[in-house]
Amino acid sequence: MFRILKKNMKTGKVTLPYAELTAKVPEEFLGAPEVDPARCTGCGQCVTACPARALTIRDSQPEDRRSFCLFYGSCIFCGLCGPACPHQAIFFNGKFKLASRTKKELNRELFFSLPECRKDAAFIPGGSLSSEEKANIAQGFTQGDFADRILTEETGLKLKAKIKNLFGRSLHIREVDAGSCNGCEVEIVNLSNPIYDVERFGVHFVASPRHADMLLVTGPVTRQMELALVKTYGATPSPKLVVACGSCAISGGIFEGNYAVIGGIDRSVPVDVYVPGCPPRPEAILHGIFLALDKMSAVKKD
Amino acid sequence: MKPVFQRLKEKFGNAILEVSEGSAKEWHVLAARDSILRIAECLIEVFGMRFLFLSGSDTRKENKSFTLHYVFSYAHQDQFLVVQTRIEEKNPHFPSLAHFLPQANWHEREIQDLLGLVATGHPDPRRLVLHEDWPQGFFPLRKDFGSPKKIPRTVGHYAFERVEGEGIFEIPVGPVHAGIIEPGHFRFSSAGESILKLEIRHFYTHKGTEKSGEGKAPEHLLCLAERISGDNSLAHAVACAQALEKLGQIEVPPRAQFLRVVFLEMERLHNHMSDIAGIALDVAFSFGASQLMRVKETLLRLNEPLAGTRLLRSVITLGGVRQDISEVRKEWLIKEIKKIKDDFDKTIQILWQVDSLMDRIETTGTIKKEVAEVLGGVGPVARASGIDRDLRRDHPYAAYKDLFFRVPVFTEGDVESRMKVRVQEVYESFKLIYDALHAMPQGPLCGAVKPLASSQSALGYTEAPRGECFHWVSTDGHGKISRWKIQSPSFSNWPLIEYAVLENIVPDFPLINKSMNLSYSGNDR
Repeated sequence: MFRILKKNMKTGKVTLPYAELTAKVPEEFLGAPEVDPARCTGCGQCVTACPARALTIRDSQPEDRRSFCLFYGSCIFCGLCGPACPHQAIFFNGKFKLASRTKKELNRELFFSLPECRKDAAFIPGGSLSSEEKANIAQGFTQGDFADRILTEETGLKLKAKIKNLFGRSLHIREVDAGSCNGCEVEIVNLSNPIYDVERFGVHFVASPRHADMLLVTGPVTRQMELALVKTYGATPSPKLVVACGSCAISGGIFEGNYAVIGGIDRSVPVDVYVPGCPPRPEAILHGIFLALDKMSAVKKD
Repeated sequence: MKPVFQRLKEKFGNAILEVSEGSAKEWHVLAARDSILRIAECLIEVFGMRFLFLSGSDTRKENKSFTLHYVFSYAHQDQFLVVQTRIEEKNPHFPSLAHFLPQANWHEREIQDLLGLVATGHPDPRRLVLHEDWPQGFFPLRKDFGSPKKIPRTVGHYAFERVEGEGIFEIPVGPVHAGIIEPGHFRFSSAGESILKLEIRHFYTHKGTEKSGEGKAPEHLLCLAERISGDNSLAHAVACAQALEKLGQIEVPPRAQFLRVVFLEMERLHNHMSDIAGIALDVAFSFGASQLMRVKETLLRLNEPLAGTRLLRSVITLGGVRQDISEVRKEWLIKEIKKIKDDFDKTIQILWQVDSLMDRIETTGTIKKEVAEVLGGVGPVARASGIDRDLRRDHPYAAYKDLFFRVPVFTEGDVESRMKVRVQEVYESFKLIYDALHAMPQGPLCGAVKPLASSQSALGYTEAPRGECFHWVSTDGHGKISRWKIQSPSFSNWPLIEYAVLENIVPDFPLINKSMNLSYSGNDR
């Protein structure tokens, strides 16, 4: 007992204040890619380098316009696009606070005139790029196989003010893994370690959806987890919040389009906040949870 | 290997159709379908080879039949033997090895589900990977499966094996569990608190990863490999990279080999830390849990400056590594690791003296050596049951053959032994990191990348924190990836848990489960 006390005393306080947690990341931390519009020529080299089809190019011939889109909801933060860019237009500076309420906010779009693009030696014609249309990229809840199990009056019902009043002090979260690789789980577990210690914010992870105010869902929703997710959603008392954690949960991420994957949890249940990352850092998850609670209204999104 | 082939030819004559040398350390034997069982018996019993995994692929385009690959390890000589057999589409049956080799059980059922070949004489031919609402006649690993937008759901039934009698209860658990863990279903039959039978039903997180890999660019395959099992990201990525490097005959420079060892051991450290913390947490000894979770967080924070990511993703590339460790950083890392070692040491010394912990872990969840052997247990779980096996030593890769380390083995097979193995491995990892950092030569980080050889296959492997991890990649006539088989350590170890829990009480299940630390996603892929 004495040794335990001694060790605890010696360890001291390790928990970091929230401001400090979110303020600094190591310089080397990759974070999300960002595109410099001044340098980007819309050549399309990065599109071929992206393993998750987070970068897409669409050419519309009649207007001679090329639209280039970076979707953080699919991005797996692998860093392959940076070196692929011949104009050094893609850079990484450790950005991770990306959580948003809609998928649309996760898009970064640039438009180019096609004839201008063609002047670049590195130009790749749109036809040879995987220009597979991303279905309903910005759309929210789209009702999956088990939509009949979700009460209609609940869908799309956003009782923000009420939720805020109800959960003002504490928030009980049920984590649901809908088929993730367990990377997100590692980071969610880390939220409870002495350094992050989310309990001090009144955030508590509970064992049953019946005790939960919020579902924190990870994974691309595998075909075999869809029913379990919908049932868990149904078992959570209203009003409830749903946070999609990680790129898989937003869009299916790198697994999108596979036979075993539904792709994005908002195809099965309504979502309130999307947290990009692969996996998102604990700070980013915390940021997403706070955003869902409107606690972040004072803190402007950077 | 020559004497092996000679003996095989003598014994089986015409059943051995072809013998060839594959990529480094791999030998291929093409055998007739009907003699597979006898050949496997001979390889295991006469030559002491060990069955690793079974992979099936649709090669109807090339040779009008399906091909099965039975992969064996010949540890004495650091060689691998791949026994291939062809199964015609007209008669899609293959003999089941499961009676003689219980380890093959899940492998054969997986082939039944994904490739549509039937294992004749299999003792338990129920669905495994695809659940009951998957329609008949859809086999994802067949080439003509394509990428259908929507596969209908059908009504099906899965029958659990039941224990019946007075006072026997069935306890269904999952797929959504109480903790922050992955989904899977456990069905306990218990009398009072004692577990009489446990049946696990997994593959809820089946993401069709192997199919996703087909036709992918090698660099993109590595990204996918990093997402098989998040906490073992690097081990999977290295195994996959090694297979691809063999296929492309890409040389990995020595400095990169040493850096890979450093990163791999960093990954082992944070995994073992969280496992030991988990054991402490599951016996409600929160001092141990929070101290070790703190150490784990410190390790993840070390990863960031080294690799740019906390889980060591995006650090491996084809032919080497993406990040270097500079001299300054090296000194810093050595200092930090030393601090962590002291920290860990002090906490562990306390843990071993806590009665409330020791009472719960001694003799709990015992796995006998014979059981672990027969079911093909790997990694720390096998080493805790007295099986002395470690790929880093038996089939060295990266820079492991230039480094000295011990492989801790304990014989009791209980939770305590598994914890002891992990604790010892943590110390070995500290040492390996020191040694690798010191012995690391100067030089380039990455070899020249060449296109993959066509119509070839190669094996890559690592000793992941959970155990042996194999990646098997084959290419088609154009050098594109045509089949990617992932053999994760969890796939080997999950069946063991059904035995480990017998005669234990239900409340000890979480503890036993944590001590084995099995990945659901790695298993289900």
